[in-house]
Amino acid sequence: MNLDERLFNVTVIGAAGKMGSGIGVLIAQEMAKLKLKPENKDNVYRLNLIDVNEQALDGLRAYMSAQLLKAAEKSVVMLRDMYRERQDLVENADIIDAFVGDASRVLNFSTDTDVARNSHLIFEAISENEKIKIKVYKKLNKICRSDAFYLTNTSSIPIGYLDEMAGLGGRLIGYHFYNPPVVQRLVEVIAAQNTTRELRSTAQELGKRLHKKLVPAKDISGFIGNGHFMRDGLHAIAEVVRLKGKFKYTGAVYVMNRISQDFLVRPMGIFQLIDYVGIDVFQCILKVMRTHLRDDSLKDRLIDRMVKDKVLGGQYPDGSQKDGFLKYEKNRPAGIYDIRKKEYVPITDEWKKKIDKKIGPTPERFVPWRGLLMDAKKEEKLGLYFDELKKMDTLGAELAVNYLKKTREIGQSLVRQGVAGSDDDVNAVLTNGFFWLYGPINEYI
Amino acid sequence: MSFFRKRVYACAGFYTVSLGTGRKEFHPKKPRPGIEHYIKEAGLGAIEQVKNPEHIDEGIIGNFIASRFCRQGNLGGFFPMVHPAFQYKPCMRVEGACDSGGLALVASVKTILADLADAVLCIGVEVQNTVKAVYGADYLAAAGWFSGERKNGHAYFFPDQFAQRAGACFEKFGYDRVRPGMAQWYANAIENARKNPKAQEYHNTTSDLYGTGMTQPSPKAFCEHINVFDCSKVSDGAAALIFASEEGLEKLGVDRKDAVEVISYAQVQDNLTTPPPDLTKLTTCEIAAKRAYERAGIGPEDLGVLEVHDCFTVAGLLAIEAAGFAGYGEGAAFVKDGHTKRDGSIPTNTSGGLIGYGHPTGATGVRQAVDVVHQLSGMASDYQIAFGSDRVYGMLSSMGGNDKTVVDMVFRKID
Repeated sequence: MNLDERLFNVTVIGAAGKMGSGIGVLIAQEMAKLKLKPENKDNVYRLNLIDVNEQALDGLRAYMSAQLLKAAEKSVVMLRDMYRERQDLVENADIIDAFVGDASRVLNFSTDTDVARNSHLIFEAISENEKIKIKVYKKLNKICRSDAFYLTNTSSIPIGYLDEMAGLGGRLIGYHFYNPPVVQRLVEVIAAQNTTRELRSTAQELGKRLHKKLVPAKDISGFIGNGHFMRDGLHAIAEVVRLKGKFKYTGAVYVMNRISQDFLVRPMGIFQLIDYVGIDVFQCILKVMRTHLRDDSLKDRLIDRMVKDKVLGGQYPDGSQKDGFLKYEKNRPAGIYDIRKKEYVPITDEWKKKIDKKIGPTPERFVPWRGLLMDAKKEEKLGLYFDELKKMDTLGAELAVNYLKKTREIGQSLVRQGVAGSDDDVNAVLTNGFFWLYGPINEYI
Repeated sequence: MSFFRKRVYACAGFYTVSLGTGRKEFHPKKPRPGIEHYIKEAGLGAIEQVKNPEHIDEGIIGNFIASRFCRQGNLGGFFPMVHPAFQYKPCMRVEGACDSGGLALVASVKTILADLADAVLCIGVEVQNTVKAVYGADYLAAAGWFSGERKNGHAYFFPDQFAQRAGACFEKFGYDRVRPGMAQWYANAIENARKNPKAQEYHNTTSDLYGTGMTQPSPKAFCEHINVFDCSKVSDGAAALIFASEEGLEKLGVDRKDAVEVISYAQVQDNLTTPPPDLTKLTTCEIAAKRAYERAGIGPEDLGVLEVHDCFTVAGLLAIEAAGFAGYGEGAAFVKDGHTKRDGSIPTNTSGGLIGYGHPTGATGVRQAVDVVHQLSGMASDYQIAFGSDRVYGMLSSMGGNDKTVVDMVFRKID
């Protein structure tokens, strides 16, 4: 069965979540485009969007409408061509409305997994809990077609393990989109040893159609993305523990967040990133990796205490940031959680000034991440920037250089262990999935 | 003096900020001033420069398509809101697509020449950021032949019309000759806009303007042959200017030295339902320029400042040829060689033009007139250019549609 045929009937499980809803938008567009081809006019296309939460499905309906409209507006040049024969559709607005209507008619919202029974492709984007995932797969395997392909959005659980536990016989592949799937180009593709050749090639072709950057990762828990991110985060936390005598705990969190964002020219500081992902999600991924890799170093007391205190980060449905390590006002850090007092300490200018003085300034050549993002000469500028950083005799520079060394070491160890096929694959994940300006395996240090 | 039966003057020019992407204060999701705000700001900006506004006899406003962008018609009705002097006086709106402002200038001058008024307030206005560009493209497509062209036209109808002109020029004169001229046009526009605090590109900080202008097109998302920097932006803005007879100036209390004289104009119309005869030239613009020069009794060599309708960079190059400054196919090299820069042989679009200042469509012709008047009367502040005593004329060329509706107007500095 080719991909066009598989796209007749598709299901997304966990469709109301952040990842599931984004995957839904991408697939709905592809299905609508196929449906518009004259040779497919008699075919019925169905995208089942399944979630256990009825209320969340209402939110999903609104999200799908808004996203399909946005997508149609962006693709209007192509859509005008697709609707060329429809003489009644003249203006862009007519064509956009028609496309959103056609795409919406493909959608079937449901809380019942039984509607997936005729699907040829099933995306799973439920919570990162292997017991629940296995249960869901077992149920799907009973009711669905025996030739259905499963694509899981897991970011840490080994694919071969899930496949074996659910008895899928090689019909499961890891297809790890990054958040939000509609915007982020990266998809990590993880084939288990027994993943069928047909599924592997279907996954490749689908990625091309979705205009995604596909990076292969070996089926080792955490894969490349979390394999790097978890260890990167643990390094920052270890540094906080080391620095808390000098800066107190909240000051040390501020320092490492600033070092990672400003000194390393990243889009956000490491603690802001952990908050963005969710501290509970971070903990959960650590646990999965610890279990499957049998590596006890993948554990952290600070993370456990934060989760115990129910300080979890994550995002509100409107995309705004929930408080975690940091407190947010208008999505900007405004305070730091004091683990002992169990309250947020405000980040005041005076307080910042005092700490900034101790770590020293950024190099003179410093340009924030946003300023370099579209700069065609960013590699050259980063080279000069890091050269300057290395020559500085300040605590900030020392912490930054150590951090660079650590991230390179993490990246190289992923290649050594075979998780990534090459340095380039590691760098591609960090630059595409995490929006870094440079990969961790670089010549800057 | 040979063309007009009496002297006509222009004075009290004013225009608003051109608001849209690029301006720091612009945020697409935040509330913005409506069309009536712009009409009032520009109208009062002009009126407050005269001592006796009650002597203004008439109001004429140029606007392309507020009925769609703002769901507002009957724009003449806003004049009494601008100032009580207009209550129960003749006021009206004129329309000629992106040349609506140009037609408003002509209608104002004609009214004075017809002895029906001694002073006319001429306003141009457009507010276009009310919808996304993808929908605005539909509204602006009305400048072409809608029932004959829209269905088979490109999603971005007008950018594509001029992209086709760029493509035709590449083919005929060579990509390597034309493309650098287009990029240079963009660079000049931004450099000029940076001297004009009201320009939409005033805050532009790009270091490599020429390199940016050379950006490769993305036909899948936009058009072939041109990039987004080749296009004027979506803008909200208004401009106003007062036209007066000699007697009118006196009644308004305006000193002649603060005015410039209107010497001639040419208003030329091509058939909207026929394709342009030659994509590599602006035929209608060329006819308009020749006629305006002839009526003024001057030639291109007499101009000290020029305003052309650079809705797209390629239109700028072709307009330079149409205005007689470069031969056929030579516009790109003329621009690339720096002749249209502010210190070049013919300073062009000195406040940024449509690419740099912005293109609030119905306001553009009036805004061009204000800039020519300001340059000739020494009121162009930071973007003022120096005039030799042999260069006392300025000209604007305002275009509607794809070289369909054109107004050229010649002004002379008062000694």
